[in-house]
Amino acid sequence: MSTSTTSVPPPGTQGPPPTKAPPRRGRRATRTGRRRALRRDWQLYSLAVLPLLFFLVFRYLPMIGNVIAFRRFEPGGSIFGEEWVGLRYVEMFLSDPTFWQVFRNTLWLGGLTLVFCFPIPIVLALLLNEVRRRALKRFVQSVSYLPHFLSIVIVAGITLQMLATDGPVNHALGWFGHDPIRFIQEPEWFRTVYVGSEIWQTAGWGTILYLAALTTIDEDLYEAARIDGANRWQQIWHVTLPGIRPTMITLLILNIGTFMAVGFEKVLLLYNPLTYPTADVISTYVYRAGVESNSFSYAAAIGLFEAIIGLVLITSANTLSRRTVGTSLW
Amino acid sequence: MVKPSRSYRVFQGVNGVVLTLVVLVTLYPFANIVSRSFSGERQIRAGEVTLWPKGFNLTTYKIVFQDSMFWRNYGNTVFYTVVSTAVAMILTTCYAYVLSKKNLKGRGVLVGVAVFTMFFTGGLIPNYILVTELGLKNSVWAIALPNAISVFNLLVMKAFFESLPTELEEAAQIDGLSTYGILLRIVLPLSKAVVATMVLFYTVSFWNSWFSAFLYMDHSDLMPVTVYLRNLIAGATGAGNAGAGTAEMSQVGASIQAVTIVLTALPIICVYPFVQRYFVSGVMLGAVKG
Repeated sequence: MSTSTTSVPPPGTQGPPPTKAPPRRGRRATRTGRRRALRRDWQLYSLAVLPLLFFLVFRYLPMIGNVIAFRRFEPGGSIFGEEWVGLRYVEMFLSDPTFWQVFRNTLWLGGLTLVFCFPIPIVLALLLNEVRRRALKRFVQSVSYLPHFLSIVIVAGITLQMLATDGPVNHALGWFGHDPIRFIQEPEWFRTVYVGSEIWQTAGWGTILYLAALTTIDEDLYEAARIDGANRWQQIWHVTLPGIRPTMITLLILNIGTFMAVGFEKVLLLYNPLTYPTADVISTYVYRAGVESNSFSYAAAIGLFEAIIGLVLITSANTLSRRTVGTSLW
Repeated sequence: MVKPSRSYRVFQGVNGVVLTLVVLVTLYPFANIVSRSFSGERQIRAGEVTLWPKGFNLTTYKIVFQDSMFWRNYGNTVFYTVVSTAVAMILTTCYAYVLSKKNLKGRGVLVGVAVFTMFFTGGLIPNYILVTELGLKNSVWAIALPNAISVFNLLVMKAFFESLPTELEEAAQIDGLSTYGILLRIVLPLSKAVVATMVLFYTVSFWNSWFSAFLYMDHSDLMPVTVYLRNLIAGATGAGNAGAGTAEMSQVGASIQAVTIVLTALPIICVYPFVQRYFVSGVMLGAVKG
């Protein structure tokens, strides 16, 4: 009982005493509420000051900084540019044949990455899930996670060494009497090289969330499926896959969201002027146009275009998924 | 238990073969790089080096060890990693703790401020202009500050703080401890596991990073070792030129790359077996709430 300090109600009247009309929650009330919260929790709020400053300066200022896509920018001047120029830079990149080439390359690389790098971890996780010997499973997992922890520079370095004309891949081709292929210099090989190295680097680590989802599937469901006469394949199809479907959809949405960004750093490390016709993507073009050639506004316009497509892609994928299968990020 | 059917046993056999292949394909490149690093340049050029070193020698290691730029850049990597991780840990811990307070007024807005940046970012050019105009170029702050909070790590930490029992904190509050005192003396000692995981996450990501330094550092003696390696790969500069005095030294391009790859990856590979499980559990924690 917590009524000890208030007047004891006379016997017979049970329940709380009639309260006054609830306070009107007008603007005044929320303002005093805010002030009271600030007075009570000011120490907590003070802890948020520096992080908020970080987000403001290093995340939101650059977002606003994108206005230079529509303004003339001078190095050393305001980071928001000098004067409005309207859609001049947008028109400029839309009529730039290089832009359309890197746009096509981005779609190609993004599409291939999605087609290969999204399903392979699922298959690998299902295979790992069937391994009965614990130690073996752990070993395969540990080994396959390893490339994820290495710097992308090391991954690129290893890729280049493997595919060099004196590297093991060409060595193996030699067994079949094949002449060495200059994988790194030939534009028609770049997409294969990129996707291959991406699979090598990410497939193992990609299994981790699926394996976690697999352990949460109720054993009874398999039991029931077995009693109904389902064989192994039918169990995988009707129990396992539906069990990891929310994880699959979440990761698919995230993958679609990063579709346009493709592996910027990896492309930057693996490409060279000889392979530009297939390797140059929007983000690397933005980098060269902006940082190397100092066409900041022009590059920012292209970058903004890419970011907006990315945002549209992830939002529509999310909405579509919420409407059709009921899983969504937010 | 039903006896496994024949087709299932066949499947188990095939599965074993496939997974063995996965292991081999993952490990072979490492083995090849290591054996290249110990091999003679002539044997590498002839494409003879596969699993074992051919023409075993330590000359290349000696050349890289004698390159003062390599050591200076390695030192830079350590310095940048330590400073950036410290900054990131302070900011991430503070914000995660604030966000974990379910009754805090305005919490939704504070979470939203962070989460929105996962889906939309300013992009390369505005960031580059900002860091340049702030005068951060050529200093450790150009690497540490723009990457100070990873929203994924933030959410992992927030989820962990939320899972702590509230009674202890309430008791400490009644005993007159301030919010800072509670965070430092009650919450953090209870959160050693998640703090260790976060330190690992940040350390590995800063140790591996190269692009910020590549973008914001103008002199080669400010670069981390990842950029040193990148320049070797790009054939731009590095020990290959530095040691070009003698005929023997000018011959070592391919094995120098291998040696640098080995030396850069070595610290990560050495600690990997011990820290791997922290990464796994950290990602799980993030996945549940993120």
